[in-house]
Amino acid sequence: MSAPATALREASRAAARSRARERWQTALRSKTLLAGVSILGFWIVCALAGARLAPLDPFADNLLATLAPPSAGHWFGTDQLGRDIFSRVIVGARDILIVAPLATLLGTVLGTALGLALGYLRGAVDDIASRVIEAVQALPLVIVALMALAAVGTSDLTVVLVIGFVFTPLIARTVRSAVLVESELDYVAAARLRGDGTLAIMFVEILPNVLPIAVVEMTVRLGYAIFFVASLSFLGFGIQPPSADWGIAIAENYSLVGSYWWTVLFDAAATASLVIGVNLVADGLAGVFEA
Amino acid sequence: MSDALRIEHLEVSFRVGQRERKVVSDVSFAIRRGESYGLVGESGCGKSTVAFAAIRYLARNGRVSGGRIWVDGQDLWSLPARELRRLRTHSIAMVYQDPGRALNPTTRIGTQMAEVFEVAEGLKGRVALERAAQMLARVQIASPERVLRNFPHELSGGMQQRVVIAMALSMSPGLLILDEPTTGLDATVEAEVLDLIEHLRAELGNAILFISHNLPVVARLCDRVGVLYAGELVEEGPGSSVFRDPRHPYTVGLLRCMPAYGARKNQGRLETIPGFLPAPGTITGRCVYADRCANVTERCRAEVPPAIDLGGRMSRCFYPERAPDLPRQVAAPARGAQPGPAAHTRTQAHEVPLLRTHHLSKTYRIAGRPLQAVHEVTLDLWPGETLGLVGESGSGKSSLAKLLLGLSSPDAGSRVQLRGEALPASADDRTREQLKALQMVFQNPGSALNRSQTVRRLLGRSLRLTRLVGRAREARLEELAESVRLTPQHLDEKPRRLSGGLKQRVGIARAFAGGPRVVVCDEPTSALDVSVQAAILNLLVDLQAQEHVGYIFISHDLNVVHYLSDRIAVLYLGRLMEIGPAERVFSGPHHPYTEALLSANPTLENEGARRIRLHGELPNVLNLPSGCVFHTRCPRKLGSICEREEPPLVDAGSGHGIRCHIPAAELATRAPVVSPPG
Amino acid sequence: MLKFLTRRLLLSLITLAILSVVVFLGGQLLPGDVGRAVLGPLADARAVAVFDHQVGVDRPLWIQYWDWIRHFVAGDMGRSFTFRAPVAPFVGEALANSVKLGALAFVLVVPLGIAGGVWAAMRAGRLSDRVLVLLGQSLGVVPEFISSIVLILVLGVWLRWLPMSADWPEGTPPLAQIRYLILPALPLVLVFFGYVARVARVGTIEALDADYTRTAVLKGLSMGAVMRRHVLRNALLPTITVTASLLGYLAGGLVVIETMFHYRGIGALIYTAARAKDFPMLEAGVLTVGAVYAVASVAADLLSAALNPRLRGAA
Repeated sequence: MSAPATALREASRAAARSRARERWQTALRSKTLLAGVSILGFWIVCALAGARLAPLDPFADNLLATLAPPSAGHWFGTDQLGRDIFSRVIVGARDILIVAPLATLLGTVLGTALGLALGYLRGAVDDIASRVIEAVQALPLVIVALMALAAVGTSDLTVVLVIGFVFTPLIARTVRSAVLVESELDYVAAARLRGDGTLAIMFVEILPNVLPIAVVEMTVRLGYAIFFVASLSFLGFGIQPPSADWGIAIAENYSLVGSYWWTVLFDAAATASLVIGVNLVADGLAGVFEA
Repeated sequence: MSDALRIEHLEVSFRVGQRERKVVSDVSFAIRRGESYGLVGESGCGKSTVAFAAIRYLARNGRVSGGRIWVDGQDLWSLPARELRRLRTHSIAMVYQDPGRALNPTTRIGTQMAEVFEVAEGLKGRVALERAAQMLARVQIASPERVLRNFPHELSGGMQQRVVIAMALSMSPGLLILDEPTTGLDATVEAEVLDLIEHLRAELGNAILFISHNLPVVARLCDRVGVLYAGELVEEGPGSSVFRDPRHPYTVGLLRCMPAYGARKNQGRLETIPGFLPAPGTITGRCVYADRCANVTERCRAEVPPAIDLGGRMSRCFYPERAPDLPRQVAAPARGAQPGPAAHTRTQAHEVPLLRTHHLSKTYRIAGRPLQAVHEVTLDLWPGETLGLVGESGSGKSSLAKLLLGLSSPDAGSRVQLRGEALPASADDRTREQLKALQMVFQNPGSALNRSQTVRRLLGRSLRLTRLVGRAREARLEELAESVRLTPQHLDEKPRRLSGGLKQRVGIARAFAGGPRVVVCDEPTSALDVSVQAAILNLLVDLQAQEHVGYIFISHDLNVVHYLSDRIAVLYLGRLMEIGPAERVFSGPHHPYTEALLSANPTLENEGARRIRLHGELPNVLNLPSGCVFHTRCPRKLGSICEREEPPLVDAGSGHGIRCHIPAAELATRAPVVSPPG
Repeated sequence: MLKFLTRRLLLSLITLAILSVVVFLGGQLLPGDVGRAVLGPLADARAVAVFDHQVGVDRPLWIQYWDWIRHFVAGDMGRSFTFRAPVAPFVGEALANSVKLGALAFVLVVPLGIAGGVWAAMRAGRLSDRVLVLLGQSLGVVPEFISSIVLILVLGVWLRWLPMSADWPEGTPPLAQIRYLILPALPLVLVFFGYVARVARVGTIEALDADYTRTAVLKGLSMGAVMRRHVLRNALLPTITVTASLLGYLAGGLVVIETMFHYRGIGALIYTAARAKDFPMLEAGVLTVGAVYAVASVAADLLSAALNPRLRGAA
C-alpha cells in the first residue's frame, strides 16, 4: 500500500479509537451505571471472598445465643440456631450470583438463536412455534418453574436449566421482532444476491445488528433471574439448605418477623440492594448503547 | 394592510447533546396578503424549521434565539396562549407531508373536521358536520357524506391530503403553510393536488408559504421564491427572476444540476456541485457557500456577506453579478459516448439480447383475492443499453425488479433469460456466474448497507463471488473503490458515518464487484439531494461506458429517466403500456397514460404545456377493471371495446410499442404534450 | 367485527388446547409412580398396581388425555390424590380468592401506573421523568417476598395499621375482608407499577410526538382538549394489551404472596399440589390459570379493536 494510503488508514483507525474512548467516558459519567456497578461489585467481592471477609463462621451453631438481637458481638444478631447473621448475609450472595447469571446466559444464547431462526426463516415453523410460545406464556413463570422443578428435582443445575429454558421464549420473542425488521432491509437482499447461504445471512449479516438488543435484554433479564431464583428459594424449590442463601434464610425465619425482625430484615435488604444494583447496571448500559 | 407573514433576522437553535446548534441564521422575508412564496433548499437547509417557527411549534429542544416573526401583524412569539390559539384557529394553517399521519387514526374524519368549527364558532353536532361536508365538497371530494364517516386509513393518499387541506382552509386563514405536501404522492395525484391548491387560492385569496425541495413545483405555484442553504437565505426574488436569472452561485449550481428538459446523456454530463452540504451552524465568520463556490475570493472566506438588495430581489453574495458566469464543472460531453439518438449499437440482427423476459407475472394472494403485481411483461435489454422503467405506485416496477433478480418467485409460465440461457427463478438456485452477471443498486442507501460492517468488509464479502483471494482481492477492492471515487479512508468507515451520496457509491461499487452484465437500478437517486444526484448519475453513465453493462433504470422522475435511458418502458398496474426509444416515448405518439404522466411532470421549462388530468382514483388493485386496466381513468377512452378487451401491444414504428386500441396513426396526430427543446 | 371476534375466540381455543396438552404432558413427567406416591413407600407392590389401575394411570397416554380434557370441560376436574375429594370445588374457591386479591391489586396499580406514565411522558427527558422510570424499574425487580417483609414490618409490626396475615376469620363481611387484603396487594402494586407506567409512558410519548397531535394543536385546540380527544386515546391502546397479561399473572402467579400471607388462593393451591405431587389438583389448577389468562387476552383484544378501527379488518 502506498504511504499516503497507509497514513489515511492510520488516521481513520485513530478516529475509531477516540470514539471508543468517548464511549467509555460517557459510561463513566453515567451515575446510574456507576452506582449499579459499585453495588454489584461489592456483592461479587462478597461472593468470591465471603468466607474470608466474614468475621465469624457463618455455619457455626451456637445454641446458647439463639435469636439474639443486634449487638457489638453480632452486628446483625443471630438466628434460630445461633449463627451470626452478618456473616451469613455476606456469604449468602454466593449461590445466587452463580445460578442467576448462568441461567440468564443460557436463556440469552438459546433465545437469540431461536429468535434468529424464527425471525428469518419464518414460514410454518415460525407460526407453530409462536403459537406454542404464546400458549406457554399464558402461565406465570413461577408456575411453570414449579411444575418443572417438581418433576426433575431441585438442584443448582436444574434451577439453572429450568430458568434458562423459561427465559428462552421471552428473549426469543424480542430478538425475533428485531430480526423481522432487519430481514426486510435491503442489505439482506444484497447478501442473497451474492450467494450467501441462510446460515451466513443469519449469523454474519443479521446477528451483529441485533446483538445490542440481546445484550440489553440479557442485563434486564439478569435482574429478573435474581428475582426468580430468590423467590424459588423462598418457596423451597430453588437453592437448597444448608446454603446461607438469603431466600432460604427468609423462608426459615419469616414466621418470626413479629418479634425477631433482624432475622429477616437484613437478608431482605441485601436481596433488594442486589437486584436494584443489577437493574441500575442494565439501565446504565442501555443508556450507553443508545448514545 | 399588514403582511400575512413577516420574518426578520430569524435565528433558531437546537440543543443536541450538550451543544446548541444554530439551524437557521438571519433569515428575513415577508409574504404579502394573497401572495404565494416558495422556500426551497436541499435536506437540512432549515426550511421546515422556518415553517415551524412561523407557527410556533418547534420541537422540545428548539428555541428561537433571535429575530421576530409577525403573523397578520401580531408578534407571534410573544402572544399569550389564548391569543395564540385564536390565531391558529382563524389566521394560520399548515399542511404537511404524509397526510395519513396527520389525521388521528382512531377518530372518524367527520369528528376531526367538525372540531375546527366547534372551536372557532362554537358549532356542534349536525351543524358542524354540515359545514365539514361543505368543505369536503370544496376540495372536490365526490361523496362528502360517506367520507365523513370514514376513518383515515380507509382513504387513499390523495384523498387524505384533500381532507387535510379542507381542514386547514375551513376558517379561511390568511396564511396557509405547506411543507412538502405532495412529496410521496404519485405524479398524477400530485398534479391534481397542486391544481386544487391553486384553485382554492384563487377562490379564498389566502397567502401561501410553500416549502419544497422540488424546484419545478415551486416555480409553478409561487410568485416569489427564497433559496435556503445551510440555514441561511442566500437568494430571494420573484420566481421567474430567480429561476431564469439567478444571482447566487448556489442557485446557479442547483439549477444546473437538474437534467434540463429533453437533455440526454450523450449530449453532456450533468453539472455537479463539488464538496458536501455542511451541517447547519457549523460554518461561521465567512460565506456559508465559500467552500463549494467556483467564484470564491479571499473576501468570501473572511467575511459574512450581507443581504444585498438588487431591487425587488436579494442575494447574499459579494458578487451577484458574476453568478450567471459561474464556471462549469463539466465542459466536455460524456466519455465514450457517441453522438446521435442512441448511445448503444445494436449491430447484428442475430445478436442475443442481454436480458429477456417472457410473460413475466407475479400474483399475490391477499385474503384469498389475487393481486396482480406484474402481469405478462415481456421486454428485453441489449448490451450497453439503458432501459428506463417508469410508473407510479402500484405499477409493479419494484416487483418487476425483484422478479428479475430472483428475490421473489414469479408465477408459472414466466421466463427470464440471461444471454439466451434460462435463469432460475430464485436467487438461491442461481450459479455464481449468474449471480455475478445480474446485480442491483438499491433505493435507500441507509438500509442497503449492513450498518455493522465497514465498507471494506462489505465489499470484501461481495468479492467472494469472484473467488479472488489475498493480494489479488485486495487489489480488486481498491480498484472498485477508486472507480466510484471512494478514498481509502472511506473503506474503513462504517456506513453510519458516510453521507447519503457516499453510501450510494458504496452500493454501486458492490453491484459492480463481480463485473456484472446487467445492473438493475431501483430509484438509486430518489433518496438523495439534487446536487448529489447529479454526481451519482454521472458515475453510472461512466461505469456503463467503461464496463459496457446494461442498466434497467427504475425511477418516477421522468427527467432523469429521459436523460439516462436509451429506451423507456411505461408500466401501469403491472402491465406494460408502452415501450420504445426514449425520444419517441417522450415526443409522441403517446399512450394516453404516458401523455398524462408527462403532462403531470412539472419542469421549469414547460409551464405553458397542455395539462391532461386524470380523474378518478387508482383502481383497487384487488379488483382490477376488465379489458384495458386504464379505461377507468383514460381521457381518450374509445368506448366499450376498452372495457371488454385488453389491447395488444401495437407497433408504432422504430421499435415503439403502444398498448392501446386507438391506432398508432391516430395517436401520432395529437400534438405532443411538451415540445422538444430547441 | 363479528368475524374478528369469532376468529379471536378460535385462536384462544387453539392456544388453550395446546396449553392443556403441555400441562398434561408436564404432569406426566413428574417422576414416580402415582400409586407409590399416594400409598407410601411401604405399601405392597400389588396394592400400588391396583391403585394405579383404579385411577387409570396405566392406560395409553392419549386416552388419559382425552378422558381428562373431556371431563375438565364439563366441570369435572378429577379427584385429588391428597384430599381424596373432587378437585373442582377446591379450584373454584381458590380461584375466587385469588381473583379478589388480584382485583384489588389491579384496581390500585392500573390507574396509578397510567397516571405515573402519562405524567412522566409529559415531562419526558427531564429529571422527574428519569427518576420515575428508574424508580418503577427498580421496584419492579424487587421480589414480592422481600417487599412483603418490609411492608409487614412497617405496617404490620411497627405501626400496627394492618393485619399481618390474610387468613381472616370465618364470617368476615366482604368489605372488612379488604382490610386483610391490602397488605398482600401492596407488594404486587409495587412490582407492577413500573411495568404499567413504562408502557403508558412510551405510548403517551409516541402520541405526543405524532403528526396528528400537531394537527390538533395547530387547529387551535386547548392542551386539555388535545390530550383528551387525541393523545390519550392513542396512547393508552398499548396499555390495554399489557393489562391483559397483568390480569393473567394476578390470577395465578401469586404463589409467593399467598404463601407468605397464608392466603388460600390458586397459586398456593398449585404450590402445595406440586409439593405433594397431587397431579389432578396440579394440572387442574394450572389449566384454570391458563384459561383465565386466555379470557383476559380475548377481552383485551376486543377492547383494543373497539378503540382502534385499524385493527378491525386484520386479525
